Amino acid sequence: MIEMQEVYKKYPNGVTAINGIDVRINQGEFVYVVGPSGAGKSTFIKMMYREEMPSSGTITLNGVNLAKLRMKKVPLFRRNLGVVFQDFKLLPSLTVYENVAFALEVIEAQPKFIRKRVMEVLDLVGLKHKIKMLPTELSGGEQQRVSIARSIVNSPKVVIADEPTGNLDPETSWDIMNIFEEVNRRGTTIVMATHNREIVNTIKHRVIAIEAGKIARDEQRGEYGYEN
Amino acid sequence: MKIRTIGRHARESIKNIKRNGWMTFASVSAVTVTLILVGVFFVIMMNLNRVAQTIEQDVEIRVHIDVAANKQQQQSLKSEIESISEVKSVEFSPKTKELDNLVKSLGEDGKAFKLFEQDNPLNDVFIVKTKKPTDTMQVAKQIEKANYVAKVKYGQGKVEKLFKFIKAARNVGVVLIIGLFFTAIFLISNTIKITIIARRREIKIMRLVGATNTFIRWPFFLEGLWLGILGSILPIIVIGMAYYRAYDYIGPKLQGTFIKVLPFDPFVYQVSGILILMGALIGVWGSVMSVRKFLRV
Repeated sequence: MIEMQEVYKKYPNGVTAINGIDVRINQGEFVYVVGPSGAGKSTFIKMMYREEMPSSGTITLNGVNLAKLRMKKVPLFRRNLGVVFQDFKLLPSLTVYENVAFALEVIEAQPKFIRKRVMEVLDLVGLKHKIKMLPTELSGGEQQRVSIARSIVNSPKVVIADEPTGNLDPETSWDIMNIFEEVNRRGTTIVMATHNREIVNTIKHRVIAIEAGKIARDEQRGEYGYEN
Repeated sequence: MKIRTIGRHARESIKNIKRNGWMTFASVSAVTVTLILVGVFFVIMMNLNRVAQTIEQDVEIRVHIDVAANKQQQQSLKSEIESISEVKSVEFSPKTKELDNLVKSLGEDGKAFKLFEQDNPLNDVFIVKTKKPTDTMQVAKQIEKANYVAKVKYGQGKVEKLFKFIKAARNVGVVLIIGLFFTAIFLISNTIKITIIARRREIKIMRLVGATNTFIRWPFFLEGLWLGILGSILPIIVIGMAYYRAYDYIGPKLQGTFIKVLPFDPFVYQVSGILILMGALIGVWGSVMSVRKFLRV
């Protein structure tokens, strides 16, 4: 469960990115975060995985108050959270298998468990046959699938995705969405910032629209609502 | 941390060394060049020091005893000298022995002095050694004041100059070695910093998937260690071989002189140990310092 109360974020350069947000996302929900560029979507998402800190207010995720989370505890917090990025953020020197296994190695999981679990998630994203390839040898869609596999390998309760289809062609984007749908069906909460009007309007879920740092709309089975 | 994890870090660090081929080469070269400099300098310094030590140990005060002094008075002079706290030993050398030494030291020409054996004009002598060679002058002056002392000789003038020279050489050496050491650290930490800046993204991703700072730091720490050790191999070979040759060449020429250089075994092994240690230290230090600033993501 994610909860934000009275959250404000003002950057040192004086820009107010988030201007008072109260929101609650329940376990198992699939939420799109939409809005024009520069509206504060990115900041909203970044605060959820503690890359940005709120200037004031409280953010609770998996029972952890992020506003009070000490730097040292950040890694532990992130282990219970999956994050997927627009630019994939894969380790370029590691193979597909190693990239996914890395998230389990940092928590010092049993090697046997790592092997089993990594193959499981790579199977889910359909990349079982490319485990020995490097990210540079994969297409964009495949790289994003590796990134999703990595984000769910820890079986997190929440996956946060920042424009996961932003760099992909329409067809590949649908593949990626199918994977997110499957992950969500298994009980994982998904919060996804997106600019993809077609996806939001076709695969219906809750839509939170952010404009000028505030929530402009919050609808179950909502629409994208902007011209692309 | 689990042993399994340490194994992982070790494998990871070795993989990184292979993957960052050119950067590895640059770092290792920086370590190599600086360690050769430090090593050569260190070898010279240690040998200079050794020579200085032998010279210092040879410095002695020769107290010529007044011919008028009887056995008892000689004995009291000896006790008086021994009571000076800086004095290590006092040895009596009778005039007959002094003459023998003189005759021997002059070789063929010395035979002429054999005539003096009947009526020896030399004095009996006390040979005094001080605990610290640098106290020689002061002790000599003190002995001069005692009764029944005819003359005190310790290489007046020369000894003072020699000590001054040795002291200056040592100070310059220490300053240069410290300077080189810091230059080495600076060079290496800069090279490693470049490799780490190139991998800043990697570190950020590791943080994002929940790796702790310790977990991220370990492979870099080990990588620095390997780089340092790799960088010390060539200097050890070069210095070992050069010293072996130099020792072979110079050793025989110094035979019979008071100058002695340090023998190959164990000196070169000691230097090798020091170079490996220094390489490891600067490698680790350089990488730990460089990675630190990228860990606050």
